[in-house]
Amino acid sequence: MTAHVITISSGKGGVGKTTTVANLAVALAADGAKVVCIDGDIGLRNLDVVMGLENRIVYDIVDVIEGRCKLRQAMIRDKHLTELYLIPAAQTRDKNAVSPSDMTRLCNELRPEVDFILIDSPAGIERGFRNAIAPADRVLVVTNPEVSAVRDADRVVGILEAEEKRQTGLIINRLNPVLVKQHDMLSANDVLDLLGIQLVGIVPEDEGVIVSSNRGAPVAQDPKSRAGQAFRNIAKRIRGEDIPLMEFGRQDGLWDRIQKMAGGRKA
Amino acid sequence: MMKWFGRKPSAESAKERLQLVLIHDRTALTPAEMTALKDELLAVISRHVEIDPDAVQIQLEHDGRTQRLLADIPLRSVSRRRAG
Repeated sequence: MTAHVITISSGKGGVGKTTTVANLAVALAADGAKVVCIDGDIGLRNLDVVMGLENRIVYDIVDVIEGRCKLRQAMIRDKHLTELYLIPAAQTRDKNAVSPSDMTRLCNELRPEVDFILIDSPAGIERGFRNAIAPADRVLVVTNPEVSAVRDADRVVGILEAEEKRQTGLIINRLNPVLVKQHDMLSANDVLDLLGIQLVGIVPEDEGVIVSSNRGAPVAQDPKSRAGQAFRNIAKRIRGEDIPLMEFGRQDGLWDRIQKMAGGRKA
Repeated sequence: MMKWFGRKPSAESAKERLQLVLIHDRTALTPAEMTALKDELLAVISRHVEIDPDAVQIQLEHDGRTQRLLADIPLRSVSRRRAG
């Protein structure tokens, strides 16, 4: 095996990077791939709680880099998926404890043993971000259909271009189809026009994402969730399958049914 | 929501504003620098040909990830100049 290293980045914080990493990891592992996630946000560890693995941490990424433990010892196995692992961020250190070459070395050590390495980049475009993109074969930029998130995503794409990271892809997260229909939210096409990079997937806004992160069980495991379905589709596209984008035209959500019953707006 | 009092939909404003902001972010040209660029460009061109400064249009446009500086500079007709 030679792992494919994918970094999830965004520029702006709070757009759903960590959620995306957790869900893609779960979806890929549920499909039989061996996956390691790395939390690249040193000092602001989060991926562990979103994945529900916070009680199992003994060693972290800085322990590996500084030689206090073996790589294997810092890999926490998921509760349900036996081929899914997390290497947590250090919580008590800062981002300068890790360098881009440390990250590259760590990923090179992992590459022969797994199918995918997913790196959760911290927000911003500084050291932690540079660390996260250093080993990446591919960078997926997560954005929301909202002015500040799109602007920051564009900065990230510009930096990736300058770094000659050619394999970039866009994930539009938290799209609200009702608002788009009312022309009160940028559509996926608007965002694509503005950013000019390849689209890998669109994830609709879904309350289930919050409920699932409360429980530490990513929504990709919920067969009924629309966001879960969107993440599973993205995972399949990452594996090279040609999966059509989800249709947001027809809505069967509660709000839409109410609107229909009220004889309201056209679909 | 929607077009209160004929205002344009907010998504449209968002897109138009972002288009401008991104062009300036990508080229690292501030609006003031852009004005200076236009003035200097016009000064150089006027040294060689006669132009109508009010009809000149110079702007940055983007096509995917590439930016281009588009200049539409109508020249005053040579024959008219000679005749005058």
